[in-house]
Amino acid sequence: MGYLGEMVESIRSLQIRHVLTQIISLGMIVTSALIIWKGLMCVTGSESPVVVVLSGSMEPGFKRGDILFLHMSKDPIRAGEIVVFNVDGREIPIVHRVIKVHERQDTGEVDVLTKGDNNFGDDRLLYAHGQLWLQRHHIMGRAVGFLPYVGWVTIIMTEKPIIKYLLIGALGLLVITSKE
Amino acid sequence: MFSLWQRVNALATFSILLLAALSCAASFLDAFNSPSVRAHAEVIKVNRFRKQLTGNDEVSLTLNISMDLQSLFTWNTKQVFVFLTAEYETSKNSVNQISLWDHIVPDKDNANFRVRVPTKYPLIDQGNNLRGKKIDLVLHWHVMPKTGRMIRDKMALSEFYLPDAYT
Repeated sequence: MGYLGEMVESIRSLQIRHVLTQIISLGMIVTSALIIWKGLMCVTGSESPVVVVLSGSMEPGFKRGDILFLHMSKDPIRAGEIVVFNVDGREIPIVHRVIKVHERQDTGEVDVLTKGDNNFGDDRLLYAHGQLWLQRHHIMGRAVGFLPYVGWVTIIMTEKPIIKYLLIGALGLLVITSKE
Repeated sequence: MFSLWQRVNALATFSILLLAALSCAASFLDAFNSPSVRAHAEVIKVNRFRKQLTGNDEVSLTLNISMDLQSLFTWNTKQVFVFLTAEYETSKNSVNQISLWDHIVPDKDNANFRVRVPTKYPLIDQGNNLRGKKIDLVLHWHVMPKTGRMIRDKMALSEFYLPDAYT
C-alpha cells in the first residue's frame, strides 16, 4: 500500500509542478509583451509608439488598417509632418498632415493647423468647438515609419470581439496543453 | 517527429521574419538613393490682398510651378506628396509656414510637370504684418514608401515681396 500511495503522491506533485510551469510561461509571455511596449514608449518618447490608421482621410498614402510608427522628439513641429493628435472631447487620436505652423517669437509656442490629404478642407471642423489651432500638448507624435495591412488584426479584433475571445481561448488552450 | 502544429508554427514564424527583414532591407536601400530635385516657382499675380474682419491679412496668389521629382522615386516609393509653403518671419512669430498648394505625385511618369495654379489655401497671417513683407517660397516633399521609413526634405525656391497696399 505504501508503494501505491507514493506513486499517487508523485503524480500529484508532477501535475502541480506542470500547472505552475504553465502559469509562469504564460506570465512570461504577457510580461515580455508589456516590456516591449513600454520599451518602445521610452525609445520613441511617444505615449503610443504605434498607431493603426482607422479612416481613409489620408488616402492614398495611408489606408485603413495600415500601421504607423511614431516618434516624439524635442524638435519643433514643421509643415508637412504627419502628426497624431488628440482633440479635447474626442477619444480617438487622428493622423493628419500639418499645413500651417506659427511659432511664437518670445515663448516658442506653436500654433499648428492640420489637414487630411484626402479631405477637402482643413481640420478646424474636427477640432473642439471654437478651437482654431492645435498646440504642442495635443500632439502625441509624428509618423516616421509605415507598415501596410498589419493593423487589420486589431481592427478586426476590436470590431468583432468574438474573434478576440476565440483567439485568446485557443492560445490559452495551446499553452496549457503543450508539453515542454 | 514534428507535429502539424509545429510545422505551421515554424513556417509562420519564418515567413514573418522574412517579411520583416525584406521591409527593413527596402528602407535601407532607400538610403542609397541620392535624389536631385529641380524645381522652380514664382508668383505671377496677386489676386487678392485684404484685411479680414478678424484683423488678419489674407492673400490669394497665382503661381507658376515647375518641377522634376523623378529622382525621388525608387522601387519602394508609393507616392510623393509635394507642397509649396510661404515662409516668413514677423515680430510676433519667429516661424510662419503656410501651405499654399499641394499635390500627390503617384508615379515616376507624372513626376515632371509644370502648372499654373491659384493658391489652394489662402495665405492668412496671424495679424496684419503682410504689407511689403518678404516671403520665401519653399518646396517640400514627403516620400511615402510602400513600407518602412518616410523621407522628408525641402528646398527654398524663390522669394517675393507682397505689395505695400491692400487691393
